[in-house]
Amino acid sequence: MTTGINAHRSEAVGHDGFAHLLRAEWTKFRTVRGWVIALGAAALAVVLMSFVSASGNRFSFCPTGPSSCTSRHLAVPTGPGGEPVTDSFMFVHQPLAGNGAVTVRVASLSGSPVGGGPNGTLRAVSQPVLAPWAKAGIIVKRDLSQGAAYAAVMVTGAHGVRMQYNYTHDAPGLPGAVAVSSPRWLRLTRIGDLITGYDSTDGSHWSDIGTAQLRGLPSTAQIGLFVASPAYFPSGSNIGNPSVATASFDEISVRGDLPADSWTGEAIGANAFYPVLSTASGWHRLSRNAFTITGSGDIAPRVGGSIFNGDTGTSILVGAIPGLIVLIVVATLFVTSEYRRGLIRVTFTASPRRGRVLAAKAIVVGSVAFAAGLVGTALAEVVAHHVLITNGNYLLPVSGPTEARVIVGTALLLAVAAVLALALGTAFRRSAAAVVTGIVLLVLPFILVYTLPAGASTWLMRLTPTAAFAVQGTQPSSPLVANAYTVTNGYYPLEPWAGLAVLCGYAAIALGAATWLLRRRDV
Amino acid sequence: MEATIEVTGLRKRFGSAVALDGISFSVAPGQVTGFVGPNGAGKTTTMRVILGLDAADEGSALIDGQPYAALRHPLSRVGSLIDAGALHPSRTARNHLLWLAYSQGLPARRVDEALADAGLQAVVGRKAGGFSLGMRQRLGIAASLLGDPPVLILDEPFNGMDPEGIVWLRGFLRSLAAEGRALLVSSHLMSEVQDAATHLVVIGRGRLVADTSVAELIAAASEGRVSLRTVARSKAATVLASAGATVAVTGPDTLTIAGLTSERVVALLSESATPFSEVSSHQATLEEAYMELTRNQVDYRPVSSDEVRS
Repeated sequence: MTTGINAHRSEAVGHDGFAHLLRAEWTKFRTVRGWVIALGAAALAVVLMSFVSASGNRFSFCPTGPSSCTSRHLAVPTGPGGEPVTDSFMFVHQPLAGNGAVTVRVASLSGSPVGGGPNGTLRAVSQPVLAPWAKAGIIVKRDLSQGAAYAAVMVTGAHGVRMQYNYTHDAPGLPGAVAVSSPRWLRLTRIGDLITGYDSTDGSHWSDIGTAQLRGLPSTAQIGLFVASPAYFPSGSNIGNPSVATASFDEISVRGDLPADSWTGEAIGANAFYPVLSTASGWHRLSRNAFTITGSGDIAPRVGGSIFNGDTGTSILVGAIPGLIVLIVVATLFVTSEYRRGLIRVTFTASPRRGRVLAAKAIVVGSVAFAAGLVGTALAEVVAHHVLITNGNYLLPVSGPTEARVIVGTALLLAVAAVLALALGTAFRRSAAAVVTGIVLLVLPFILVYTLPAGASTWLMRLTPTAAFAVQGTQPSSPLVANAYTVTNGYYPLEPWAGLAVLCGYAAIALGAATWLLRRRDV
Repeated sequence: MEATIEVTGLRKRFGSAVALDGISFSVAPGQVTGFVGPNGAGKTTTMRVILGLDAADEGSALIDGQPYAALRHPLSRVGSLIDAGALHPSRTARNHLLWLAYSQGLPARRVDEALADAGLQAVVGRKAGGFSLGMRQRLGIAASLLGDPPVLILDEPFNGMDPEGIVWLRGFLRSLAAEGRALLVSSHLMSEVQDAATHLVVIGRGRLVADTSVAELIAAASEGRVSLRTVARSKAATVLASAGATVAVTGPDTLTIAGLTSERVVALLSESATPFSEVSSHQATLEEAYMELTRNQVDYRPVSSDEVRS
C-alpha cells in the first residue's frame, strides 16, 4: 500500500448511496457476458417466434381455393365511418325515388346451422337453432354495394325487434321472439335523409323505435325486405357454424314512388363463409304481398376471432413466451448465482442494507428486461404484420395508441415478470426451484388457457400473473355480434392495464416476501 | 488510529449445535491479531457476525462502536475477505472489483491500485473463474483493500497459497499493520500466522481459549519445562516420573519433563546412573503452545499446566 489510510474516504460520503448501488448492480449485470447475450436472445426469441407464428397463418377462406390465397385476402367492406363491417344478407328490393314507406308483417323466423356443400347447396349440421342475431325485416340502403349506408328495422332471433343503422347504431323495440301466434308488424319510413322505424303487435297500434339520419342519402335508394343469419356459436363453444334463417313476410304494403314496381331478390356479399344462396332458392314470392326469404350473413361491425378470420395481428403472446422464459432464467440467475458462489456475502458486506440491494437489483433487471422486451416486441410487430399481409391475411385496423400500448405493455409485462423471477430467486436462493416456480406462475397458465374450457381459461386470465397478457388485447368486440369472445380468440377478461396490475400485484407480494426473508435470514 | 473491533459475549446456535458460546475479544489497531482455532471452532461464524451477515443470538460486535450494518459505504471502514471463492467465474478480476468500487462510490482508479497492491496487475482482464485458489485469495485481498479501510477482517487468507504467496502475505499483513490498521486474520494453522501476528485470539468449540500476545503465549508454554536427550529413554522416564515429574516423549531420544528443575533432573539421572547427553530448559514453539491450548478445546487454563503429552 502506498496510499494513506482512507485517502479516498471523502469520495465515498455525501451521497445517499442508492445511485452507487444501482451502478454497482448494473455493472454486475453487464460484466457477465452470458447474461447480456441472453438478453439479446430474449429479444430475438420474441421476433423469431412471432415470425414463425405469423408465417403459419394463411388466409383460408378463398373462393378459388387456398393455393390462390397467398397474396390477397377477400375484400372486407368498410362502413360509412371507415370501420370494417360485415355486410352479407338476402335482399329482396326495388328502388325508391324520394320519400316513402314499407310496412310488413313478419309471421315467423326460423333457422339452422349449416355446412356449405358444393355449388351452394346447404346441409343442416345440427338441430334447427336460430342464431340470436338472425335478422329479418325492412331495410333502406344507399345502394347494393357492401358497406353502403343503411337503416333497418327487424325482428331478431333472441333480441326482440331492433332499429339499426350504419352497422354500429342500435335501438331496441318490442321484446320477445316472433312466432305465428305472436307476429310482428314492422314499418320503415323515409323522409329526406331521415329514416324512422316502427313496430306493432297488431298492425294498428304503432310504436316509434328510433330515427336514423343517413347524411347524403341519394334521392333514389334501395328499399326492401332482408334476412341475415350470422355465425352460430353453441353455448360454451369456441367453434362457430355458418347458419341460415328463413322468415315469412306477408301483408306487405308500400307507399311512395317505386319506379320499378317489381321485387328482385339478390344475395348481397355472399362469400365462402356465409353460404351462397342461389337467388332462386333464397326467396319465394308466395303471393302479391307475401314472401318467404332465406338468408345467411350479417349486417354488423366486424369482430375478431378465427371464425371471422379477423385478427388485428398485434397479439405477440406466442412470441413473448420464449422471451419470457429466457428473461425468467436470467433474472433468477442474477441473484441465485450470487447465492451459489457465496458472492451474496460480498454484496451484503458492501451494502448491509439488504432491502436496498434487492431494490437496486429489481430496477436493473426490470430495466434490462424492459429494454429487451421493447426492442423485441417492436420488431416482432413489424415482422408479423409484414408476414401476415404478405400471406394474404386481412388485418383488422388498430389505432396508433393501441399499437403503442401493445408494444410498451408487453415490454412492461416482461420487465415485471423479470422482477417477479428475481424475487423468487431471492426467496428460494436456488436457481432450479426459482426458475420452475417462475415458469409455473408465468408460463404454465398460458399453456392451460389453450387446453382448458373457455370458462376456466377466463379465470386463469383474471387471477394468475398471466392476466398481464391483457395488454395485448386489441380484438374489436361488439354487443351486436355473437362471437366466442375467448382468450384463444384474443379476447381477455380484464382491461389491458388492469391485467398488468395483477402481475404487478404478484411481483409486489413476492418482493415483499423476499425482502422480509432477506432481512431475517443469515447469509 | 482508534478503529477497533469489539466483540462482547457472542452466542449463536445453529439448531441444536452451539456455534458461539460467549466469545469476547477486541482487536487493536497497529497490529495483526491472529484468530486461530481448529476447523469448526467458530472463527468464520464470528467474522460473519462482525460483518453483519449472521445475526448473533446474544452479544454484540461493534466496529468503532457501531454495528457493521449501521456503516455507510462500509468498505471504507472495514475491508473483509470471507470466502475467496465468492466471485462470478465469468467476470474478469477487474470487473469483480469494479462493481464493488462503484457500490461504495469509489473511482475505477482504486480498482487498479488495489489489484496492483495484491500483485494481480498481470491478470486484471482474465476471468476469475480460471484463477487458482491462491489467486482468488489475492483477488479477495484486493477487494478488501478497495476502500483503503482502517480495519481488515480476513478469513483464512493463507488457504491455497503457495509458499511464496504465504511469505508475501505475511509481509504484506505486517506492512498494513505498520500503517496503523487493525487486522483480524484467521487460520486453523498457527504456522500460517506466526511471524505475522503479534497478538492471538484462540478459540475452540465456540469458546475463547486464549487472548494473549504471541510472546506471552510462548513464554507461558515454555515455563518450567526441561528438555532431555538420552539413549535410555524409558529408564529416564521411569526415574523422573517416580520423582513426581510429568514426562512426555517428544522424539526417539528426547523427553520433555515438567514439575522438576533442570538441576533436579540432572541429580536424579546421575543417582540412577541413567545416561544422558543433554539437559536444557525447554523453549516452546508457537505451534506447540497452540496445540496444547486447543488439544482439549476447553476453557483457557494457565499454560504452566503440569501436563504435557506427546
